[in-house]
Amino acid sequence: MPRVAVTGLGCISALGAGAAEFWQSLVAGRCGIRPLTHLPAGQLQISIGADVADYDATRHFEARRLAMLDRYSQFALVAAREAIASSGLDFANARNGAARRTAVILGTGIGGETTLDDAFYQLYAKGNPRVNPGVIPRMMASAATSHLTMEFGITGPAFTVTSACSSASHAIGQALWMLRQGAVDIVITGGSESCFTLGTIKAWEAMRVMAPDTCRPFSRDRRGMVLGEGAGVVVLERIERARERGAVIHAELAGAGISSDAGHLIQPSESGAAEALRAALDDAKLNPADIDYINAHGTGTAINDATESRALRQVFGPATPPVSSTKSMHGHALGASGALELIATVLAVRHGVIPPTANFTERDPECDIDCVPNEAREKPLRAALSNSFAFGGLNAVLAVRRVDP
Amino acid sequence: MGQVTDDGIAGRVIRVLAETQHLDVSTIRAESTFEELGIDSFDGINVLFAIESEFDINVPDEAAKQLRSVQDIIAGVETLTAAKAKAAQA
Repeated sequence: MPRVAVTGLGCISALGAGAAEFWQSLVAGRCGIRPLTHLPAGQLQISIGADVADYDATRHFEARRLAMLDRYSQFALVAAREAIASSGLDFANARNGAARRTAVILGTGIGGETTLDDAFYQLYAKGNPRVNPGVIPRMMASAATSHLTMEFGITGPAFTVTSACSSASHAIGQALWMLRQGAVDIVITGGSESCFTLGTIKAWEAMRVMAPDTCRPFSRDRRGMVLGEGAGVVVLERIERARERGAVIHAELAGAGISSDAGHLIQPSESGAAEALRAALDDAKLNPADIDYINAHGTGTAINDATESRALRQVFGPATPPVSSTKSMHGHALGASGALELIATVLAVRHGVIPPTANFTERDPECDIDCVPNEAREKPLRAALSNSFAFGGLNAVLAVRRVDP
Repeated sequence: MGQVTDDGIAGRVIRVLAETQHLDVSTIRAESTFEELGIDSFDGINVLFAIESEFDINVPDEAAKQLRSVQDIIAGVETLTAAKAKAAQA
């Protein structure tokens, strides 16, 4: 079975632009959660989020092009540019045929939410009867994927995967399997989300799963999740190909495990999560004892963190490896979260450093795991997992293995 | 406590519960727990959404987490509507 290498990384999140700054922030335990200043505070009960602050779209895109780019597509392109540049691939050089043998598979929970929110606000609230003709092409959930193919001239298979909070992980798993099948030589994959509109925040508030203070995964006094936004993109290719062209190999994407709870639209299931964990280990040909770190789904809600902890105990038993939730720092970026967290996991394995669970205060007996509270931990990591467990019981776990240079 | 039929807070709470959960009013008693009525945690959030609209109140998340029975909702609504009336007078 061909092995698959991660040869490019790119991201933008509440922790800044670029994988280097993202990783430095995670290791430092820096929390990107802050007051949401651009939304009307008087209408919000939950007024914090992990948004991409100080983002100036005109620094990244010409005004003419911005007219067709929702914020979520902008994030995807910013992350993809970094990932592709760092991989050393050159799609402009058409003679090598790479563009035809490359796929683009991105995940998103919703797509162009800010576009839709603006357009309907104009129509319903402002009484403006005309809707901008760019609304549909900006808002469609596949728009970011299309923009990525156009910017880089990539003509292979391209599509968008959506499975709520697991979207990026499902996309990346699909990318891995297409590479193993030999359907393509390279895949640009990951996820993107931009959800900070008044309507969306109010809808999340209504579910009573949002923390008013901060995100404290696995802490006894955790009060819920904190929304985030951004994008993560990785470049994947078969390991032999990466070695032949002398690319930097950050790690191996060793496997993916996917399951569905077939349970409840909101409440997670221990057995569904455990099934995805086992499937990822099987797919990667890894044993539980080979795993030295797990990047948790770890949303900070009472039910997720307890259920996830039980699922981990079910699979790993008393020797459950250290588990951390980086959502405590970059927030829950929904359809982008699986990609941001895979990047965190890849860099953890590469550098032998476990990023912490920030904002941790007190151990919860319901979460019987070592959650690496507040301080990063140096430890050689042979292999690691990244968990995504979405609403609707759609689970995806990715397995990463260290590749020695 | 037996069946509640009045149009006071208890009666209105039970009517909202019956409507949102598609239950027969006669099966709901003040002492009924959510578990007995087959109301899971997300059903409970939908019930509170309807209760907030019915009484024009906001139930804080922390208080919502403590609710286990119909009586808990009635007591909470009584507290919040009394506070609202007092605020209106002030």
